[in-house]
Amino acid sequence: MTARVGIPRALFYYTYFPMWQAFLEKLGVEVVFSRPTNKEILEAGIRETVNDACIPIKLFHGHVLDLKDRVDYLLIPRLVSPGGYITYCPKFLGLPDMIRFSGMKLPALISHRLSLRGLPGGLSRFLRATALSLGIKNPLAQQKAISHALKCHKLYHRLLLEGKQPLEASTLIQKKGRAGRNAALVTAAEAGTGMPRVALLGYPYTIYDSFVSADVYHKLQSMGVSVITPDQISPQELRRMSRVLPQNLFWYYSNRVWWAGLSLLQRKAVDGMIHLTAFACGPDAMVDKLLELEAKKARMPFLTLTIDEHTGEGGVQTRLEAFIDMLQAKIENNRNGV
Amino acid sequence: MKIGYGHMGTLTMVVEMILEELGHEPVVPFRPTRQTLALGAKYAPEFACIPFKIVLGTYLESLARGADCFISGGGYGPCRAGLYGELHSRILQDLGYNAELIFLFPPLKKTVDFMRKLSRLKGRHSWFSLARIISKAWAKLNALDELEMMSQRLRPLELTRGQTSKAFEKGLQYLHQAKNRGEIEEARAAALAEMKKIEIDPTAKPLKIGIIGEIYVQLEPFANFYVEEALGHLGAEVRRSIYLTSYTRHDVLSTRGDMNSRSLAQPYLAQKVGGHGQNSVGDVIRFAQMGYDGVVQLAPFSCIPEIVAKSLMPFISKKFGIPVLTLFIDEQTGPTGIQTRLEAFVDLLEQRRLASGRYDFPGNIIQ
Repeated sequence: MTARVGIPRALFYYTYFPMWQAFLEKLGVEVVFSRPTNKEILEAGIRETVNDACIPIKLFHGHVLDLKDRVDYLLIPRLVSPGGYITYCPKFLGLPDMIRFSGMKLPALISHRLSLRGLPGGLSRFLRATALSLGIKNPLAQQKAISHALKCHKLYHRLLLEGKQPLEASTLIQKKGRAGRNAALVTAAEAGTGMPRVALLGYPYTIYDSFVSADVYHKLQSMGVSVITPDQISPQELRRMSRVLPQNLFWYYSNRVWWAGLSLLQRKAVDGMIHLTAFACGPDAMVDKLLELEAKKARMPFLTLTIDEHTGEGGVQTRLEAFIDMLQAKIENNRNGV
Repeated sequence: MKIGYGHMGTLTMVVEMILEELGHEPVVPFRPTRQTLALGAKYAPEFACIPFKIVLGTYLESLARGADCFISGGGYGPCRAGLYGELHSRILQDLGYNAELIFLFPPLKKTVDFMRKLSRLKGRHSWFSLARIISKAWAKLNALDELEMMSQRLRPLELTRGQTSKAFEKGLQYLHQAKNRGEIEEARAAALAEMKKIEIDPTAKPLKIGIIGEIYVQLEPFANFYVEEALGHLGAEVRRSIYLTSYTRHDVLSTRGDMNSRSLAQPYLAQKVGGHGQNSVGDVIRFAQMGYDGVVQLAPFSCIPEIVAKSLMPFISKKFGIPVLTLFIDEQTGPTGIQTRLEAFVDLLEQRRLASGRYDFPGNIIQ
């Protein structure tokens, strides 16, 4: 019988799942994902988690609960650093320990450190350690799976850059094995359609989780608005922004949001900005204020949407409509030279 | 330069002395009040932690009193405190102030930057005289810590409530006025003599409670609703996990933190999570090993490292047999709520002690 490895559909899932899935499946391991977020998962997470935690962490616990009886292993890596002095949010750093000592009855945890600091090859080292934990010792099989996984990882992020949603991108990878070559790096929105172009700034695990974000992304799209997320800003551009600041933030995802926001402000590439943030998110307390002040300086319309356990579809819809109406009025006024 | 800074417990008077000796004009911050907090909370991000809001409030008050420059500590994450300086200065700028913020990073991590800022602050003084000033400040820190520990030990024993706090305030006054090494030594002796005058019940065996958690809410009594005093008056001897001198040794002058606490925490929280998150886990274990009756964890609402620590607390508390009360504090927290919970916690510890039938305790060893 093949081992079944569970991957919770939360937090780092949206950054890494195609890589992990490709890797594990190549090794002949069955991969099980938790169900997409629903009310039941959210409520179970809220019950299980320390009450001061933010929604994404509570949600993560919910996804673990959803998976734990269906798998032999849970893949909950300790994400430490994507390189340099940058780290992930401290809650990511302590996540495996939070889960391990949460009192839930759990299958075996695979929680190796994933740190790209220091020596190159951090991803491969992490994958190799994961394979060893699963009892797969054949170095050739490991190497094959690793190179396949890294290829998928690269491809996935190229597809995200082109504006694909995570699931779309992963299906594309599995179907064709490769994407259409090198689509232009300019976002679709920059082509210009007459409708406002809006930046949706937030972390992958809020933007792409259609339940917890009240599906802001698709709500905007269905209003005819073209949406840009931080994933659609090229790494080169983000790196460029990182060099213009006196002090960068410490956290990977926050830096991406902050740099993406700055880049769009500088290039005047959007008509408005929406910052999607989770209730009691620590890093976002900083990011939100920084973005707000910069947007104010650039006279850019800026909306902060805070989501929590009680976020209602209706409330979000109303606020989005009001914001988009305002942007349209502004565009209209500019056109008429008012 | 008229230099302002945040108020953090007894550290305030030490910073004042250093700045004065360097020939600056310090704008000594007042003890924070509800108004200070309200002022800070008004302009700070909603989910910023309470130290951020109190310090911002203090800055705004100090600006009104003529401060044109602020100094503060910085850090290298992943705790948010490392970004305070950056965001504070942007918020002040947005409000139309032109104050300069100098934030000092840990000297061993960013040596060049630190030396540059230090040499600006020292002005015309030689490095030698700076060293003399620092060593004087160190003497004062030691005296302050000693005084504080003594007050924590005596408070539960006092016969008339409030005597210790009064004597402690007097002692702080003495130390505040001491300007050189000799005077500091004299003030220290006088302060300790003041403490010795307190009438105590020498036979009492007070409960022992450890205080752990985030540094600012531990060290600034306003931020923790005077929890030390409250517990003392409820008949408990308290000991914090952080004192100024230990903080200076472990967090300012080292890149590794308090290895003792951190290695205790290692099996449960294998990763440094910023701030004092890992320390908090280790400190509970340390207090349990020292025979303490309970631990109070103090943390600002939305403090990331302490949330990670708190999520491990049920397990640690059970495993090491020590009750832990966690207090998350924000601008909505009321003093009565805190008082009630402390009373209930002390009651629980007393019941627990009675049930254990264990009356003789190790004396006041610790540290």
